[in-house]
Amino acid sequence: MTNLKTALMGTAIGAFIATAAVAECGIDSGSVRILSNDFPALHAVNEGAMACASDSVEVTVNQTADHKDIQVAALTADPAQYTTAVVANSSIVPLINSDLIRPLDDLVAKYGDGLSQSQLITIDGKVMAIAFMANAQHLYYRADILEEAGVAPPTTYEEVVAAGQAIRDAGIMENPFAFNSKAGWNLAEEFVNMYSGMGGSFFKPGTAEPAINNEAGVKALEMMKALTELSTPDYLTLDSTATTALWESGEVALATLWGSQGSAILDHEGSTPEIVESTQLVGAPTVGGGDIPASTLWWDGFTIAKNISDEDAAATFQAMVNGISPENIAANNDKAVWLSSAFKPGKSAEGVVETANGGANPYPMIPFMGLLHGAIGDNLAEFLQGSESAEQALSDIEAAYTTAAKEQGFL
Amino acid sequence: MPHRTFFWFILPSLAAMILFIALPIVSVAVQSLYVEHEQVIKTVENCGPFGCSEETTVDQEATRALREAEPLGRFNGFGTYLNRNHLATEEVGIAWAESESWGDFGSRLMNLPLYKALAFTLTYTFVVAPLVLVLGLAVALGVNSLPRIFKGPTIFASLLPMIVTPLIGSLILFWMIDAQGILGKTLQVIFDDPQLSLKASPALTWITLIVYGVWHNTPFSFIVFYAGLQTVPSDTLEAALIDGASRWERLRYVVVPHLTPLVVFILLMQLMDGFRVFEPIVGFSAGANATSLSYIIYNDLRGDYQQFGSAAVTSILTIIGVAILLTPVLVRTWRDFNRKRA
Repeated sequence: MTNLKTALMGTAIGAFIATAAVAECGIDSGSVRILSNDFPALHAVNEGAMACASDSVEVTVNQTADHKDIQVAALTADPAQYTTAVVANSSIVPLINSDLIRPLDDLVAKYGDGLSQSQLITIDGKVMAIAFMANAQHLYYRADILEEAGVAPPTTYEEVVAAGQAIRDAGIMENPFAFNSKAGWNLAEEFVNMYSGMGGSFFKPGTAEPAINNEAGVKALEMMKALTELSTPDYLTLDSTATTALWESGEVALATLWGSQGSAILDHEGSTPEIVESTQLVGAPTVGGGDIPASTLWWDGFTIAKNISDEDAAATFQAMVNGISPENIAANNDKAVWLSSAFKPGKSAEGVVETANGGANPYPMIPFMGLLHGAIGDNLAEFLQGSESAEQALSDIEAAYTTAAKEQGFL
Repeated sequence: MPHRTFFWFILPSLAAMILFIALPIVSVAVQSLYVEHEQVIKTVENCGPFGCSEETTVDQEATRALREAEPLGRFNGFGTYLNRNHLATEEVGIAWAESESWGDFGSRLMNLPLYKALAFTLTYTFVVAPLVLVLGLAVALGVNSLPRIFKGPTIFASLLPMIVTPLIGSLILFWMIDAQGILGKTLQVIFDDPQLSLKASPALTWITLIVYGVWHNTPFSFIVFYAGLQTVPSDTLEAALIDGASRWERLRYVVVPHLTPLVVFILLMQLMDGFRVFEPIVGFSAGANATSLSYIIYNDLRGDYQQFGSAAVTSILTIIGVAILLTPVLVRTWRDFNRKRA
């Protein structure tokens, strides 16, 4: 409800400023239509963009968790339904494959003074997106519960399993661990992170053939199974909203959650002060004796659609740059790990920063990774429920992926 | 009615049906025969906040040229129908050759996505339909014998499960059966098993979905039977009463035969609706344990890649499935119709 209220307030404020007839951002005219995901950090950016609305500039926003499903169709239309799509490493790939976004080099040269080099996402030498925040899954733990059970904060997943078992044996909590294990995209993301930490690669180099049916894959699956045994029996239905709620109600002591869930967990709503104060955010654990954190690094950024007028493109670029201006970032400092010099890392950013510094791999921005991700999400549940072996699950994943890749023309 | 008048009478509905039902089905059938063009891949350098790396990407000019030349894609004939994600003829053949028993063959079949979805869809359809019939009739008979003053409110209360939007109804039940929810916790206490969860195992999830299906569809059957009960000829009933028929015999020999056309109608509707079951699976987040044909179509069209060809094939298979299911009922209706005309 708070998100809805904030969004409504933001729209109301935007409309108010529009009637004041002051061109805040130096945009003469144009139409700015934003499509983005739905979480607090993006609300902040979109509100900053909406501040550019005026008599000659209209700004509309569509914030929805289903943005990935509608973006390709919406941007294929001519003129595109949205002038900018806020994307991440995975959701930019279908836009690039279908040639739906335009290079931003000239817009960056004209209006992008405040942007740093690391924010420019370049593909084949052309800037295709401007990143403004980083995200990763990392470990959250309750310092008070760990102390009560007499375990040290874990740095590897094996230690996480041992700590969870100790908490259960001490009778403090029945199901002390949680991660975003909802069957589908979320569960597949957990596997991708764990497999990454084991040092596995997803495809045979230079081809679209899958290469996950190996020892690293089996070990990753076994670690995930051990973790689900420490979770509530409903683990196959937990997405990030559910895990945030579980944490805030004090049901779990150890969790692997997104960095962006941190701001909701550490705020003073929905939880008790003891829980909030004893929540610690640290980098993702390593696994299987590997030396990189078992996590993948994500960036979120905005792209500009191709099927729009140059005037709208310029107006949108300026509006979005205003959304990520130093002032707006400073005002919303704790909502995300912003890629900006104005960002001062607070408690909610510690986990992501540690994970990035630990050398975690970025999520692969490969055209066919989405198909593999989908195939993984559809085929892991039976293994976790104990009705098939790890090798069988991995070969099912590879078979499902191969069929889909042949249909899409990658194989 | 002369044929010309009949034709003009149904022309608007016919036009709408052709435009909104027949043509889209033809389009979907055509799409099911094609797959995407071969993607031309090249290796480029990508740079971002985490450094630069060599990655593969799609060569857009080459792909655009291919797409403009042949917008529908590559003709694949029935290839998509036979591939692993659909009828999986090759995998079924291998499973048949290699498996030692029916049970082994069955579990190998369950590994294939379409057959897994078909298993749940058919179980759901064939368990919910008869239960809905029987329960609906029972409720209708019960309401019919209530004193007048209670009939109105009882009918209203009995209709509520159907009025609640399927997604909202299933979401509410989903929260109630959660391990922390009122029904879930009660079951854990009754069975003295703190790890019991209705969402954890496929069997329990199937039972939950079937219970929801019966709960949601009974009001439809109830209201149709209730209307039918109002038309039972009272003189036949009186004659049976005079002849000394018990309540049960009256029900069996007078009421139920009178309601047979309604039974056929409700059975038709429930078979069709059951085969297309979808909202409960989404509402209960049950995709891990129970998938249906509509759910795998939905999954194909979601996410980063919309797999139109695959979804089109599953849609055509669903249409064929519904046609097969309804054949007995339609044959019987056709025979009755011919008998009445003759």
